[in-house]
Amino acid sequence: MNLSLARTDTAAPVAAAGAGVIAMSGIKKIYDTGKVRVEALKGIDLRIGTGEFVAIVGPSGSGKSTLMNLVGCLDTPSDGTYLLRGKEVAGLDKADLARIRNERVGFVFQNFNLLPQITAFENVEMPLMFGGVARKERKDRVKALLEKVGLGDRMEHRPTELSGGQMQRVAVARALAMNPDIVLADEPTGNLDTSSGGDVMSLFEELWQQGRTLIVITHDQALARRAGRVVEIRDGVIVRDTIA
Amino acid sequence: MRGAGVIWNLFLSSSRLQKKRAVLTIAAIAWGSVALLLLLAFGQGLKDQLSTANRGMGTNICVLWAAETTKPWQGMPSGRSIRFLPEDVALLQERVPLLDGAVGEFVTWGTNFTYGKKTVNAQLIGTEAAYGDLRNHVPAPGGRFFNGEDVALRRRVVFLGGELAHDLFAEADPVGKTMLISNMPYTVIGVLEKRMQMGTYGGPDKNHAVIPITTFQAQVGRKYLANIVVRAADPAMMKTAIEEIRKVIAAKDGFDPEDERALRTWDTVEGQKVMRNILLGIQMFLGIIGGLTLMIGGVGVANIMYATVKERTREIGVKMALGARASWITAPLLLEGFAYTIVGGLLGLLVAMAIIIGLKFVPTEGNEALQFLGKPTLSPAVGLISAAILGAIGLIAAYFPARRAAGIDPAQTLRYE
Repeated sequence: MNLSLARTDTAAPVAAAGAGVIAMSGIKKIYDTGKVRVEALKGIDLRIGTGEFVAIVGPSGSGKSTLMNLVGCLDTPSDGTYLLRGKEVAGLDKADLARIRNERVGFVFQNFNLLPQITAFENVEMPLMFGGVARKERKDRVKALLEKVGLGDRMEHRPTELSGGQMQRVAVARALAMNPDIVLADEPTGNLDTSSGGDVMSLFEELWQQGRTLIVITHDQALARRAGRVVEIRDGVIVRDTIA
Repeated sequence: MRGAGVIWNLFLSSSRLQKKRAVLTIAAIAWGSVALLLLLAFGQGLKDQLSTANRGMGTNICVLWAAETTKPWQGMPSGRSIRFLPEDVALLQERVPLLDGAVGEFVTWGTNFTYGKKTVNAQLIGTEAAYGDLRNHVPAPGGRFFNGEDVALRRRVVFLGGELAHDLFAEADPVGKTMLISNMPYTVIGVLEKRMQMGTYGGPDKNHAVIPITTFQAQVGRKYLANIVVRAADPAMMKTAIEEIRKVIAAKDGFDPEDERALRTWDTVEGQKVMRNILLGIQMFLGIIGGLTLMIGGVGVANIMYATVKERTREIGVKMALGARASWITAPLLLEGFAYTIVGGLLGLLVAMAIIIGLKFVPTEGNEALQFLGKPTLSPAVGLISAAILGAIGLIAAYFPARRAAGIDPAQTLRYE
């Protein structure tokens, strides 16, 4: 196992829990179109510590996706405070949010969201380019990451030339590229068959063991069971928070 | 620096050409550019030709005619005739230093010009040697205008207008031949070179003949000049010069210097100014029409860019989620829109140049309309104006789609439904 990619600022996964990567309190998100007013989140208090592996579960329309957008700084809350590694995110402008997403959050999506016309290598390179990493270092990091996810021999392939499982592993490599504080995955196994889904789950577990903070939104009971903590949302509030 | 590098990388990686659409868009821009360039080039050619023609009669000159007084002056009634005498020319040259030339013209109408068995009726002018320069009487190769010696020695030499020469001598070279003017023998010393002439008084120069003033006085025996032609050293001072001329003539002949109708003038400097403004107006009009045509091409670019943004919405959302700044999304799109515009513009330039060069080989001799229109010119000014219009249209056409792209909400586009 390539330990060089593990975070070095955490001693052990569970022992560090509570150090606080995410601290949300009283978070509300209201979509107001003028005629219709939808309260998607009705006051969420959530603390996630460094090195935790959290599964967020809940039925459709419960507010999971809204919560993920807020955690990932794709959107800002209507009310409440959100500290991401001690930094308040609520009042930031678009450019600041873009920088935070680039440096602190790694996204993994259900439908992979790789750019189809460039190679796996270039896809993983993209956040590094946005982050201003020098060309030489970019090349080295991308190579190491793709080797780590087992795609060292697929670097010059385009997404269309890869299987679903391989695409998702490229996406994981991309999420790790900037060495983020959290990896945020939205139904990462949703579009995969059982076998490749299992591979991705194993990869997540491996990352967790290396000290990564993982937040996974999922319907997949198998994946949720592997997480150290399950948070269940219903109608915009947290109804259950269990540590395995 | 880093920003520029990122933008360039993004531009290269994102511009997959949608061939058919790109070809059509580039063709539309090229078409618009051809229209704009040709219209401006024709405008430039028209301007050049007209201002050449406008100067055909002479540059910075004013023609003076003596007429009748219309105001009483110092006890004398209005309605008295004013006449120019040959010595008035010398007086003007002495008293009006703003002038750098003045000549008087004696004129007879209906003079018989005979060569061999052919007789033609035309206008005969007797004047000084300086007339050749002032009135732009450039001799065709092999001939000359008469000089001071011809005038001093009262030589019987004649300078013929081109068409008059052709009427008499047909294709033969008239220079050196002897012909009759009112049954007196004259030697032809030169023929007026073919040139365009817009303004005339007493008919186009190509139809008249010019002889030394001394010869004219001896042969025809006139006392009064038909008119005087003066040239200002500085065209900007023409108005002042004319005022001074009025004062000098009024003092000599005894009329009110304010009596503008006693001395009639044709100020070609003023006329050229008006002409220049009209031509500028025509060029602007042509430019606007060309610009509008090119704008249709611009709409094409905007269209393809909107389609591109729509098609790449998810891609743009992904890039934003990965931390791309707004400018890294918009700048590659602007570059792409510009690329279409520039490629189309260059193509249009090539086609326009080919057309303009091709037109040079179309004969325009003998057709006045073609003489004025058939010389489109691609001047640096035309190039600059076209480039500016093209650039502005490209920028506007790419700006709005790019702005839409920057407004994309990543949270919306990344939903997986």
